[in-house]
Amino acid sequence: MRRSMAALAAVTLLSLAACSTDEPAAGPSGSASSAAGSGTGDQSKFFVQADYDAELALLDAAPTGPADKPWEQVLNPTMVDTAKFKKSGPHKICFSNAALNNPWRQVGFKTMQAEVEAQKSRIKEFVHVDAEGKDQKQIADINDLLGKGCDALIVSPNTTATLTPAVEAACKAGLPVVVFDRGVNTKCPVTFINPIGGYGFGHVGAEFVSQKMKPGGKVLALRILPGVDVLETRWSAAKVAFDKAKVDVVGVEFTDGDPAKTKKIVDDYIQRYGTIDGVWMDAGAVAVAAVEAFQDAGKPVPPMNGEDQLDFLKIWKDKKLTAIAPTYPTYQWRTPIIAALQILDGQQVSSPWKLPQPTVTQDNLDQYLDAGMPPLHYAMCGCTDLPGYPQRWK
Amino acid sequence: MQTVQPRSLSLRLPRVRPGGVLPILAILAVLLVLVGIRQPDFLAPPSLMSFLGRSAPIILLAAGQYFVIVSGEFDLSVGSLVTAQVVVAARLIDSDPARTWPVVLLLLAFGALVGLVNGLITTRLRVPSFITTLGMFLILVGAVYLWSDGAPKGGLSEEFRRFGRRAFEDVPVLGRVPFALVVLVVVAVAAVLLMRSDFGRTLVAVGDNPRTAELSGVRVWRTRTFAFILSGLAAAVAAILLGGYSGVSFQAGAGLEFGAITAVVLGGVALGGGRGAVVGAMLGALTLELLFALMNFYGVSGALRSTVQGAIILLAVAVSATRSSSR
Repeated sequence: MRRSMAALAAVTLLSLAACSTDEPAAGPSGSASSAAGSGTGDQSKFFVQADYDAELALLDAAPTGPADKPWEQVLNPTMVDTAKFKKSGPHKICFSNAALNNPWRQVGFKTMQAEVEAQKSRIKEFVHVDAEGKDQKQIADINDLLGKGCDALIVSPNTTATLTPAVEAACKAGLPVVVFDRGVNTKCPVTFINPIGGYGFGHVGAEFVSQKMKPGGKVLALRILPGVDVLETRWSAAKVAFDKAKVDVVGVEFTDGDPAKTKKIVDDYIQRYGTIDGVWMDAGAVAVAAVEAFQDAGKPVPPMNGEDQLDFLKIWKDKKLTAIAPTYPTYQWRTPIIAALQILDGQQVSSPWKLPQPTVTQDNLDQYLDAGMPPLHYAMCGCTDLPGYPQRWK
Repeated sequence: MQTVQPRSLSLRLPRVRPGGVLPILAILAVLLVLVGIRQPDFLAPPSLMSFLGRSAPIILLAAGQYFVIVSGEFDLSVGSLVTAQVVVAARLIDSDPARTWPVVLLLLAFGALVGLVNGLITTRLRVPSFITTLGMFLILVGAVYLWSDGAPKGGLSEEFRRFGRRAFEDVPVLGRVPFALVVLVVVAVAAVLLMRSDFGRTLVAVGDNPRTAELSGVRVWRTRTFAFILSGLAAAVAAILLGGYSGVSFQAGAGLEFGAITAVVLGGVALGGGRGAVVGAMLGALTLELLFALMNFYGVSGALRSTVQGAIILLAVAVSATRSSSR
């Protein structure tokens, strides 16, 4: 009896371990410090040189559109005709959302809901379906929405390749499709809205870290997860910058965007190497955890990048960090609603619709700090003029 | 399937008292020497203290898990309970320092309640504890997701976080003693005293042979339920320390149940109950953490941790199976 119990226990535990310890498969991590700049591994299959060059050029481009409303601005617009989608309102707008599983998406979605409320005279119904971070659910969600009489469909895809056929099916159904945030591998949607993008984000952070740290120092790169285009391109641009600067990338680790895991990883690297001279990350949600790992180990916080999440901006100012925050502004969640209404009016829209992507630096840090908002709020929400501000975001 | 040869295997195993702490102390000593060779700085008081502080939550969970395992059951829900506690704490405290202590008390009550429910379902409804606590694991994961819309909200106050991050500074010789380590020592002493009391003896007797215990007048269900409550309380304390260490996280407790059980079997406690010491379980957790630290120093990928844990579980079950069949 006891023996069979023990055997059953072992089986249960092993299967549980398989689902609960989601460490990444051995990737480029731990590929050690042999030669300078050798730790960055192979270039991502998502890397496209032409896109990289175009995005870096956009960093200096002047946007068209109202300066005080960056969510309505466009960089290098190329207009497309939408006359065939013209329809009289009020409209039913449907939104297939990849997930609400991190604070960036939470803030963004609240901003989108507030934009819908601001446009309520033109929108009779707004249907939101949350795919909870699962590709299969989102494919089913999109399929369901096609039968719900939507006038326009907005999609924020969970992953790039897997969601492409679902978006193509939606285009074939004849309604205008607007993709935003993460992309898909098809040109069929009316427009694809996002800020400059991953290359711009990754490049700005990596350039800063490699310039501010001591030459040949040790850099730790923290990524959320593989396989999402905006995240892959962030890392691939950083890789180019680090290889060019010949810094020693001692580790590239996946954090799942989780602070507990991040702090543990950073702490492990501090223990292993004595200290780390620079930290680059593909998303700032875990930046504070990385800062704390250095503080708790009694080490100075090295040059690093975060994002416009308020907890990071606050610790940056309080602890006088050497930091930068490239952003992927949450105000982009307003734009798909605006675009959908313009398309239903038959107005031309830009495709792709590239939004500006400001960077928080030491010089403009103060203008983005807001002590009244919660720590997980994002400064670039573009939401201060929307209904329900600030309670809705608290 | 190959037939095992218990006799020849058991001959090769060192002759030590079953369930004793000597083997784990020996492994710990070997690991300390290996760490000392590779990274001598690690053994200096400041980094050793910080290591012990960081290891406190898993050691606490191992102690909690010990009570359940030695009584012949399992608790697979502790990892998700830790996550739930951290998420609940962040949302209820919402960065307001004044709410720290009421929320700490609430977390302890919540941990005890989850333990009580696990215990009653297992002992009164006769659901095997793997199933009970696996069910609780899924319930907690789902409930937390529903309640929070899939992303953490609110924030932990600095007052809450000091349990996991701060330390007594400028202590002679040791330098810096983390609060977490103090909490750990207090809980460890309490656990040892508890196991030396009548309750401790009853708990082991229940795990060794529930039928005999029942016949000699022990209320087995009550003893086991109390073990689950202790495990839930340990998870609450671990959650307070872990939440303090890393802040709001949706994965604060991911995989911890597995780590705790690995630590317990590594510490010489028999799966199935009735044998082993609580000190052994806690030393098992310390050894496991030291092993991971050593792997880190040698640059072994973190992905191998689960492999190592799996191997330890299999080895421990194999050893205990060959022992019990050769008795």
